[in-house]
Amino acid sequence: MREFGYERALDVPGAVAVLGGDPEARYLGGGTNLVDLMKAGVERPARLVDVRELPLDRVEPTADGGLRIGATVTNSDLAAHPEVRRRYPALAQAVLAGASGQLRNMATVGGNLLQRTRCAYFTDIGKPCNKRVPGSGCPAVAGEHRNGAILGASEHCVAVHPSDMGVALAAFDAVVTYETAAGPGMLALADFYRPVGDTPHLETALPAGALITGVTLPAAPVAAHSRYRKVRERASYAFAVGSVAAALDVQDGVVRDARLAFGAVASRPWRATAAERALIGGPADADAYAAAADAELAAAQPLSQNTYKVPLIRNLVVALLTELEQHGPEGAR
Amino acid sequence: MSPAETSTSSAVTLNINGEKHTLPVDHRTTLLDALRERLDLTGTKKGCDQGQCGACTVLVDGRRAVSCLQLAVAAEGREITTIEGVAQGDRLHPVQQAFVELDGFQCGYCTPGQICSALAVLEEHAAGWPSAATEDVRPEAGPPPLTPEEIRERMSGNLCRCGAYVSIVQAVARAAAQTTDGAKEQVA
Repeated sequence: MREFGYERALDVPGAVAVLGGDPEARYLGGGTNLVDLMKAGVERPARLVDVRELPLDRVEPTADGGLRIGATVTNSDLAAHPEVRRRYPALAQAVLAGASGQLRNMATVGGNLLQRTRCAYFTDIGKPCNKRVPGSGCPAVAGEHRNGAILGASEHCVAVHPSDMGVALAAFDAVVTYETAAGPGMLALADFYRPVGDTPHLETALPAGALITGVTLPAAPVAAHSRYRKVRERASYAFAVGSVAAALDVQDGVVRDARLAFGAVASRPWRATAAERALIGGPADADAYAAAADAELAAAQPLSQNTYKVPLIRNLVVALLTELEQHGPEGAR
Repeated sequence: MSPAETSTSSAVTLNINGEKHTLPVDHRTTLLDALRERLDLTGTKKGCDQGQCGACTVLVDGRRAVSCLQLAVAAEGREITTIEGVAQGDRLHPVQQAFVELDGFQCGYCTPGQICSALAVLEEHAAGWPSAATEDVRPEAGPPPLTPEEIRERMSGNLCRCGAYVSIVQAVARAAAQTTDGAKEQVA
């Protein structure tokens, strides 16, 4: 590991002032991804600015019925918060589906959004990787891509974003707020991650040196009727091979509102807007749910080893929407 | 401060099991390595050293964390509890006692991490935290009973290569029952 300087930021302006001018500096949150990548030589910062002590550790209801979540709120505190569990149960479920109790106690909301892919080529510095070394190539396309992307990828990178939390945040129209030395800014999560194209190393639209200060969830009555379902290769404590966050409001057999987002299918948490459009105003039955999933997955371009993800996501959509229609957010999983 | 002037080591004071230790550390030092290599607190074990096995679990400000991904310099000011700080003198903690009585281990290497994790599981459950095994996470549903399924999910961050999981789940369940009984007795 490269030697590095360390300082603890005590306020937001101080943190962005310290980091803003130094491209070799990184913010340190829980460190569950960054420290691991530093050990592997993937990340080689010259300085760390520890932001864990910043006063950004609260979950607060907003006047319109939404929630404002500070960037240093831990995954554990987010998932345990009564208003998260009441207003956005799929968000609590998504967070609880990720990592382990130990890691959720350390990991933060801001860090979750900025965590890097677990693609094995990215984390192995002995291999080429366009995300780690621009222009070096992507061995995953012709090599191991069983957990690769099926949507929005390119010949330059097929890595998936590993977040569970982000999938629920995408479904609920989260807005990321940040601070730079030039002042505050915000980005809708839909605009937060950049298209892969031929620049997979440029992952977010955050300005250089920006510090995420929080995530705002707008009020969404449909979100109280939501679930998250994750498929992985063991029963617990593993990254997804596919996941779905869904919310559904049905009245008199008609879908009045719906939210859908997919995980482990793209370089970003994937909001399924085509599927939502297909659902809203239509009948609330399994055929309609499958047709909606197909509307989104029509754009899928799976590789030879991950064609399974298309029916996996389709089946998850049908199962989750059916459960929401029949049981709501509770029980009968 | 330019990178050339940046110091890559610091003197840190770590509060471990109620005792303060001041030592110079290279910033690259993890809490795990500081405990084991610098402070001779070798009860905390190094397994994978990448946050995947849970052998290095300690409590930081009362919450479980993997010490292999925690930089020692960033742990300054926090209260750290390791397996050496769990018993009260010769009196084992109920979680330790349950692991002994029910053979919650074979080789024992993962056990300090399992016990530190189990201590936190009991606290988290008592605080009403849901888990991925909880059917209904909404607060109106109330706290989930600590079933074997809940214990397995909540302990899933601690791997046991010997496969002593059946006994570990029983030990955590017994400790939970005893802790709850103890709380009832105190209330009565």
